[in-house]
Amino acid sequence: MTVREASLVLADGTTFEGEAIGADPPSGVTTGEVVFNTVLTGYQEVITDPSYAGQIITFTYPHIGNYGVSPLDNEARRPHCRGVIVRDLARRRSNWRSDEDLDGFLRRHGIAGIAGVDTRRLTRHIREAGAMPGAFGTADRATLERAAKQEPGTDGRDLVREVTCAEPYTFRSPTAARGSASKRVVAYDFGIKTTILRHLGEIATVEVVPASTPASAVLERAPDGVFLSNGPGDPAAVAGVPEAIGELLGRVPVFGICLGHQLLATAIGGRTFKLPFGHHGGNHPVSRLSTGQVEITSQNHNYAVDEDSVAGVAEITHRNLNDGVVEGIRCRDVPAFGVQYHPEAGPGPHDARYLFALFDELMEAHR
Amino acid sequence: MPRREDLESILVIGSGPIVIGQACEFDYSGTQACRVLREEGYRVVLVNSNPATIMTDPDFADATYVEPLDVEILTRIIERERPDAVLPTLGGQTALNLAMELVEAGTLDELGVELIGANAQAIATAEDREQFKAAMHEIGLATPASGIAHTLDEAMEVVERIGLPVVVRPAYILGGRGTGIAHTTEEFRRIARRGLDASPISEILIEKSIAGWKEYELEVMRDRADNCVVVCSIENLDPMGVHTGDSITVAPAQTLSDVEYQAMRDAAFACIRRVGVETGGSNVQFALDPSNGEMVIIEMNPRVSRSSALASKATGFPIAKIAARLAVGYTLDEIPNDITRKTPASFEPTIDYVVTKVPRWAFEKFPGIPAVLGTQMQSVGEAMAVGRTFPESLQKGLRSLEQGRFGLNCDPAERELDALSDAELLSRAAVATPDRPFQLEALLRRGVGVDRVHEATGVDPWFLDQMLLIVEEREHLASVGFEALSRADWRRAKRLGFSDAQLAYLWGVDEADVRARRLSLGVRPTFKTVDTCAAEFAAETPYHYSTYEEEDEVREGDRPKVVILGSGPNRIGQGIEFDYCCVHASFALREAGYETVMVNCNPETVSTDYDTSDRLYFEPLTHEDVMNVIEAERPVGVIVSLGGQTPLKLANTLPVELVCGTSPASIDAAEDRERWNALCARLEIPQPAGGTATTVEEALQVVERVGYPVLVRPSYVLGGRAMEIVYDEEGLRRAMEELAGFGSLGREGGLSAERPVLVDRFLEDATEVDVDAIRDRTGELLIGGVMEHVEEAGVHSGDSACTLPPHSLSPETILVIEDYTRRIADALEVCGLINVQYAVKANQVFVIEANPRASRTVPFVAKATGVPLAKIASRVMVGATLDELRAEGLLRDRVQGDHFAVKEAVLPWSRFPDVDSVLGPEMRSTGEVMGIDATFGLAFVKAQLAAGTKLPERGTVFLSLADRDKPLGARAARRFAELGFSIAATSGTAAFLEDQGIEVSTVVAKLGEASGHDAVELIASGKVDLVINSPRGRGPRADGAHIRAAAGAHGVPLLTTAAAGLAAANGLADWFHHEIRVRSLQEYHGGRGADQLSLPL
Repeated sequence: MTVREASLVLADGTTFEGEAIGADPPSGVTTGEVVFNTVLTGYQEVITDPSYAGQIITFTYPHIGNYGVSPLDNEARRPHCRGVIVRDLARRRSNWRSDEDLDGFLRRHGIAGIAGVDTRRLTRHIREAGAMPGAFGTADRATLERAAKQEPGTDGRDLVREVTCAEPYTFRSPTAARGSASKRVVAYDFGIKTTILRHLGEIATVEVVPASTPASAVLERAPDGVFLSNGPGDPAAVAGVPEAIGELLGRVPVFGICLGHQLLATAIGGRTFKLPFGHHGGNHPVSRLSTGQVEITSQNHNYAVDEDSVAGVAEITHRNLNDGVVEGIRCRDVPAFGVQYHPEAGPGPHDARYLFALFDELMEAHR
Repeated sequence: MPRREDLESILVIGSGPIVIGQACEFDYSGTQACRVLREEGYRVVLVNSNPATIMTDPDFADATYVEPLDVEILTRIIERERPDAVLPTLGGQTALNLAMELVEAGTLDELGVELIGANAQAIATAEDREQFKAAMHEIGLATPASGIAHTLDEAMEVVERIGLPVVVRPAYILGGRGTGIAHTTEEFRRIARRGLDASPISEILIEKSIAGWKEYELEVMRDRADNCVVVCSIENLDPMGVHTGDSITVAPAQTLSDVEYQAMRDAAFACIRRVGVETGGSNVQFALDPSNGEMVIIEMNPRVSRSSALASKATGFPIAKIAARLAVGYTLDEIPNDITRKTPASFEPTIDYVVTKVPRWAFEKFPGIPAVLGTQMQSVGEAMAVGRTFPESLQKGLRSLEQGRFGLNCDPAERELDALSDAELLSRAAVATPDRPFQLEALLRRGVGVDRVHEATGVDPWFLDQMLLIVEEREHLASVGFEALSRADWRRAKRLGFSDAQLAYLWGVDEADVRARRLSLGVRPTFKTVDTCAAEFAAETPYHYSTYEEEDEVREGDRPKVVILGSGPNRIGQGIEFDYCCVHASFALREAGYETVMVNCNPETVSTDYDTSDRLYFEPLTHEDVMNVIEAERPVGVIVSLGGQTPLKLANTLPVELVCGTSPASIDAAEDRERWNALCARLEIPQPAGGTATTVEEALQVVERVGYPVLVRPSYVLGGRAMEIVYDEEGLRRAMEELAGFGSLGREGGLSAERPVLVDRFLEDATEVDVDAIRDRTGELLIGGVMEHVEEAGVHSGDSACTLPPHSLSPETILVIEDYTRRIADALEVCGLINVQYAVKANQVFVIEANPRASRTVPFVAKATGVPLAKIASRVMVGATLDELRAEGLLRDRVQGDHFAVKEAVLPWSRFPDVDSVLGPEMRSTGEVMGIDATFGLAFVKAQLAAGTKLPERGTVFLSLADRDKPLGARAARRFAELGFSIAATSGTAAFLEDQGIEVSTVVAKLGEASGHDAVELIASGKVDLVINSPRGRGPRADGAHIRAAAGAHGVPLLTTAAAGLAAANGLADWFHHEIRVRSLQEYHGGRGADQLSLPL
């Protein structure tokens, strides 16, 4: 394979050397908001997580692609990220579960990437300067720099529209316990991950609805609970949804994850703010305040709920032990809770899967 | 949950001498534990018999007992110190076993002492194979099909049921001692019998072999609140079938998908919870069927381990330190992460580099032992390397071994494989040996594809493909050539870990030219930081590794910097003693206002703890890698004389003005035979006659002049590598051939005018003496200690017991020795440490050799005398005078007069049952212990006990001695008889003893060519309680081999010199007249507690 030299240029002009991998974008330029993720395993799940819509994912672990890809590990039907940045892309995969190598997967899905990059330098830069737009590819530096500067980034953009389903559909878990099908959960799809569907599917029949679905249409489905999914971008830019959630609260138990948690907080009058560095890995310690137990969690968020803004209407149930950021809330007067992190894992540790059971209990109690 | 307030005093048990399977990693963990517990305000009582450890430095505990790790001795210490708790999880299997003995003896209950860190039930569940398997099945985890046996009959029944091949593992053992894979019934019988013998409870686990499966390890921590984290995942390059201590291992796991990894993580947590380790670290091993992902759990250790030391260094997460805090009540979220200082320890480190650990073996020391790896650990040390990618870290790891390899081949040693056909090479690579990685590369270079190599060896295709990248790059580099190589090509080569030395070999140019050219193109390394979080947070701790990237993270310092070069991977002859010296230098220089920069690649050590120095560079100790650090840090000085031969060999290649202390020229003057002889002649110091040779003819000429026997040894090696006493021409020819040839030594450099063989007249029956001294720049000399060896000259000083103060040398002789030492140090213009070895024969003192550097005995002397020699020496090397240090209080008078300290060597015979357990000029001990007590005899017996030789209190002593040893042996026999022992002997020895009027109750046949049977039968019958067998002075030394082998096989204490026999007899005489007394180093050094040692008359 011949090396195709490529560069990465950030909006602030910082430049990195590398070589092109994955798909060939037209014009040799890929743009997006450059973010990083520190997981050691689970690149396929990250790449296919719709929360990364509009973003270029930097993997901090240098060897990516070692165990190939498996159709079982997709978090969505196709990747929604704009591109990937790695230090080294495995030429040969090795794992009995895989049926394709990562490079082929990226090409098949039209995702471009750049390898050979000093990803640690890039991560340190983003850590200090914040996630920022960037452009990479085989085009010349000037073209890339121009593209990076023109790229709008994700602030203030409603990216949910790009990833939510067009039509409602029903998800039934093939492995669900008998009897669980008697419950019905309506899941708002802001970019829902397959692993979340699998977990919800264990406790109920899941009816997935587009982000724009009005509360009335949800209630018509007579759900036992409403789930608010993860998703990409700035929670403040997702139009109409908090209002819909506001109408559902008190009428049906609600559980939100990540963006869903932020939208839940917004619905009860809370505010979100952009974190200086964001949380991007599979190793964040979260304290479950009711027990003092520590959960190691998978996280991917640049925004968080402002604690003061929900004071009085919700209690803080979980907190990040690294920086004290709110990781979970429970509404005081209505049956609703949310967590900022990813209890479903995929990728990541399984420590917080009990939250799905809690949702089940909450629905049971309000039947 | 905060710190426990109900505890005041905690006893920490160390791991004793360095043995195969239990090395410096427990000094690292124990030192961390002691530090943490004292920081928390607890009174720390420490017991460890190993004087070379940093943990036994009196500064690390409130009461430090350098005493045998024996349940009776421990009971005395507990009675005396009355600690509230015992922490046994940081001292390896030794400490864990001892704790179990204390529990079983009821001592802890009786004295109201709590076991913390792990409870007895948890230890039993993890250690007892049957219990462990049952527990795992209970929580739904699979284990390989197996059965337990306590007798050979039971064993045969089990194997009948599960079928061959099987793995046999004895219960309660460390480092896989006594384990093996059996493919045939005959093999099975042998391995099962050996395993039953090795297990202290005579129990073996017989397990269906899963050789060829992928092997993984997870390092797990748990706290009182049941929070669990995985610190690190490790994947073995060698598939199942090779002990993990003998495997090349890689962190993090490379070929597991997240789904599989998380399932393994869940299983590890379930395991630690079920076993019941309430607080602390454990490692859990798994095997995975590569064809379908079927996972089985292999074992778990409910304590910190070698792997946890590796995991700590690999991630920056200090497992032992945190385990100690957890043991006293904290939870993970209450402990800060040292590296970020802002985030808590309740997280899982994530890394953005690849760590490769490569073991180092010492097969060259044990001729006749096949260099084949299996389920029993045989390596004596290891190197760890950090790179951004696996190829880079693998190549760095291989050159870190210091075995003459520049990386993954591409060096002169690779030619050894050239003669083999592909098929031969493939079949060799199918067997795990130390050469396997090089064979894999050679196969790939010949075009034997990844799939075929994988099929033959079981090594995962991903690893092989990564090696193939190295191969392809090499081909590219060779075809483009030195001159035409572009900057991008250079960069790619360096990013794949190629060393300048490899490139020089490839292109046939000088390494210096490679370096110059590379630097002229601006291809320089960058230093990245190990930060536990892949740069997600800012790191405070400057723990670096080199790689070729775009950004360098080394920060400016504000104090003058001193670089300390460590001693690399442990090997026989160079181990923990040198790490002790380097660590002490770092402490002393930090205290004196310098910023200390440690360079080392041994993950087991305290020196590679990021807490030890201001800055840590985890790098190979080669010229290229060290120069990179020097250029990055711009130090005022580099310390090369405290880390053994490793840094010393580099001294000449470093900028001379940077070398601290004694100049490289003086180091050479001591090593260069002709200059050394001239110096001794000028100083009028007698030497055994001798000369140098690079050929057999030259050696014969030397012998013509000096006569046999002669001591033949190579220059510039440590640990008596290939040193031999030869008695005739045949022996001389053989020895020279070995040295010149392509043997292990040839590989390390071979012979040349710069590296000749030294041939010296060997003084038989002389007493050997070692001196450690420090000379400062004003010329003042401090004698650290004069040590008298117990074994006569001819036994390597590292394998010989020695005593401080001397017990038989006259004061006049000691004065002569001190005077000679002063003259030599002056003549060499030593600034820092010097070690001089003497032989004393008939009151005449001969100098054997001088080494102007730290010696193996420095820590022993420091503990025996209370003078911190290494700290003083390091200060002296950067310009302080002894006077100034005296005024500062660092240099104090040595304590003497009321005690003897005896150092005894610990040898790895039990690992290598087929090797004759006889001492010689080639060092083979892996570790050492110290016995300290009021008399030489008591100290000697304690040292024996600490070394694992429990001298009998009654019964029969069997003697079989070489003629020259008979007079001394008779004195020993007389003493034993007086103590009430019966004497047994071979006929020749018996005749001599009876002549001397010593009654011999049992006489067995004289040893003949094929006999010795009677002696062996006597030993096997269990009627002998101590064997004293010295080899004949001349000729093949195999005569007594079967006697010694029998003693080893039947666990009868064995002494192999008459001198040791006499020392033992005298010691036992003292022992019988005294109660066992224990006393801390703090008391010895402070002159306190002596009243307790007064002899009841």
